[in-house]
Amino acid sequence: MTDIFPPDTIRCDACPVLCYIKRGHAGACDRYANIEGQLVRVDPHILLDRAKSQGTPLVPFLEREGDWDGKIMKGQETFVTAIGAGTTYPDYKPAPFIVSSEVEGVDMVTVVTEGIFSYCGVKLKIDTDRHLGPERNLVRAHGEPVGHVTTAEYGSQMLSLGGVHHLTGGTKSEGRVTCETLLDLCNGKEVELTIDEGASVRVAAGQPPVVNGQREERMRVGCGSATIGMFAKQWFGKVDDVVVVDDHITGVLSEHQAGKLLGVRETGIAIQGRRSTPGRYFQVAEPGTGWGGTNISDPLTILKPFKAKFAWPNLRLLMVSTTGEQYAYYELDEALRPVEKELPEALKESVARIRENCEPALASVIFMGGAGGSLRAGVTENPVKLTDSVKRRLTRVTCGGAPAYIWPGGGITFMVDVTRMPENAFGYVPTPALVAPIEFTLKKSDYALLGGHVDYVRPLADVLKEKERQRQLTSLPQNPWPLKPHVESSES
Amino acid sequence: MREPALIRMLPDGRRLHLHDGPIDLIIEANGSKQEVAIAYEAAAHRFATILDELCAELPLLRGSVQKNSAQPQGVTAHRMFAAVEPFSEHCFITPMAAVAGSVAEEILAAMTGAAALDRAYVNNGGDIALHLAASQHYAAGMVERPDRPSLFGSLKISTADPVRGIATSGWRGRSFSLGIADAVTVLADRASAADAAATVIANAVNLPNHPAVARVPARDISPDSDLLDLLVTREVGPLPLPDIKTALDAGVRVAETLRNRGLIHSAALCLQSHTRIVSPSSTPFFMEISQGSLLHA
Repeated sequence: MTDIFPPDTIRCDACPVLCYIKRGHAGACDRYANIEGQLVRVDPHILLDRAKSQGTPLVPFLEREGDWDGKIMKGQETFVTAIGAGTTYPDYKPAPFIVSSEVEGVDMVTVVTEGIFSYCGVKLKIDTDRHLGPERNLVRAHGEPVGHVTTAEYGSQMLSLGGVHHLTGGTKSEGRVTCETLLDLCNGKEVELTIDEGASVRVAAGQPPVVNGQREERMRVGCGSATIGMFAKQWFGKVDDVVVVDDHITGVLSEHQAGKLLGVRETGIAIQGRRSTPGRYFQVAEPGTGWGGTNISDPLTILKPFKAKFAWPNLRLLMVSTTGEQYAYYELDEALRPVEKELPEALKESVARIRENCEPALASVIFMGGAGGSLRAGVTENPVKLTDSVKRRLTRVTCGGAPAYIWPGGGITFMVDVTRMPENAFGYVPTPALVAPIEFTLKKSDYALLGGHVDYVRPLADVLKEKERQRQLTSLPQNPWPLKPHVESSES
Repeated sequence: MREPALIRMLPDGRRLHLHDGPIDLIIEANGSKQEVAIAYEAAAHRFATILDELCAELPLLRGSVQKNSAQPQGVTAHRMFAAVEPFSEHCFITPMAAVAGSVAEEILAAMTGAAALDRAYVNNGGDIALHLAASQHYAAGMVERPDRPSLFGSLKISTADPVRGIATSGWRGRSFSLGIADAVTVLADRASAADAAATVIANAVNLPNHPAVARVPARDISPDSDLLDLLVTREVGPLPLPDIKTALDAGVRVAETLRNRGLIHSAALCLQSHTRIVSPSSTPFFMEISQGSLLHA
């Protein structure tokens, strides 16, 4: 080779191909890479790398030949998840695995499948006080409808995404985009959503949401009125009036019951909007992404002029949002017009306290799906018996080892927090539908009683022998161990 | 330091795993115990020198094949050259476009030459050489995106079918692609031919100068790439439906041409969840876009 390569290119001598590898890239084998100018052997498996980077302890993947010696992982301490159980390429093996293990003297069976869920979706909780869009409006990804705005909850807005009507009831493109959106959300990736007549949000499970390009930091501690109640004592004597701006209920200290009790002097302050009870106002502005979930960027716009009958020059006024993220301090001049001044030291602490009491704002992703007849038939010859067994809590349902909440009523409709599942646990098929792991764990004796495929039960040690297709991860500490023999309650 | 080649049985006791440098083979032979043992022995023996043989002629194998190009010496290299030669008049191609399929084919030939087998396959990272004696078949799943490994279809090849090679190419794969297909899976009479054709068809699924496609010269990533400064695809953003159709149409036209020339048997072209099939209408349709045997909820 006569070419001149950049100085940070190295030549790999791990095989006779002798690749030139640029910094940050891998050679033809994808096994050796140039990391910071050093030739490094990299494991090709993303799962393992990610777990490492997150500091999750791992039991090393064994490449040794010969039989499993059983010393590294004791059988009953290993739980086989359904992740990858149904999709192994190119050596395709059909699901399910049905694995037996002995736990505390009880023979347990885990039926491990990857299910195709056409009836599935995501319940998305976005911690924000900002108005994301009117209830019932469409939520879109790449312009396609993928869900809708549902209820507002305390300090959060719920979106319902996916469901069979978006997946298969609309155009092909709608189904495909819905499937991709659900898949990415469930696998912890960031997704951009726009709400008709509303905001644009970027969300990823367990991460702060980004609303109209602005990262949400904190959830509000309470509504404007509640905030007045909580902080009235700390404000008393340091300021003459306080307005806590909130899209739901804006609170005013001098009129509020809490202020009255402390003997705060009347200021005659007049607020736009509809007065509910003294010191509590609804609809001070339009919903929006400004102060306290309103469309306000200048808080003075919600105040009517001060009247000489009540107000006085030098009156000290604090205006603050329900998260303490926005605040402004004013003093009235001789003409009783508010003039913005620097926030006095004495008040800084109370504003900081509001902020402190607001928990980190996050987006949470709950996968919800229904295990239909054919999936249940993979577990037992008589599908209804599985439903019955799950309902009677004889059978524990987990998704990639994470506990699933089972809805009361018919069928097996379950919800699971995707952040409690291993990464990239979800797949898809072009139907379109999501592929999610699901495991049913029950006593072997109960399994036989409900007409299980007992002929296909394999001992755990046997399954562990096929280690070239396996990755072992340590279970997350917040998850109960799925193989506990006495299944009592499905975690909520 | 040269890492020694790996020759081992997988823990299932059935399949043979051969690994050396960029070559990674999963092999399974079916037949009498004795014949299978002979076949595995032959595969391992042939494998021992194959990478060195190829590397000895690497500069030639990385060069564009044209009308009067010099022929390589090695048997495997010759398979590569023969596989890409039919395309050399129409596009830039180097024998490297068929390396994976040719290696699989060469190892399979060593096995079937040494032993009488009912069935065998050599899978080189998804490029597969097949041997099927009377009344046998081979089932494979097709994956569209390696980063989202789900089966988009399955195929079943029987002894009577004229297919003994399967190969997949796309920009998401390990090798560079000039096109934007997520995956093009090709069935041909041999693995080397399937490999070369999959590369050519995947290159043809394209939208030149499209703003949603990021491309860089191959040598910016791999300084010794056989593709020199040709622009290879690094990222494809979401495409509007008409553009997906345009790109797939371009790929289908090439695939049809190759089929009419007898170079391939059939092909499945995938781009952003849209799949097109090119296959002979006269023979039974054995490539199925389906869901494998996952359980439907």
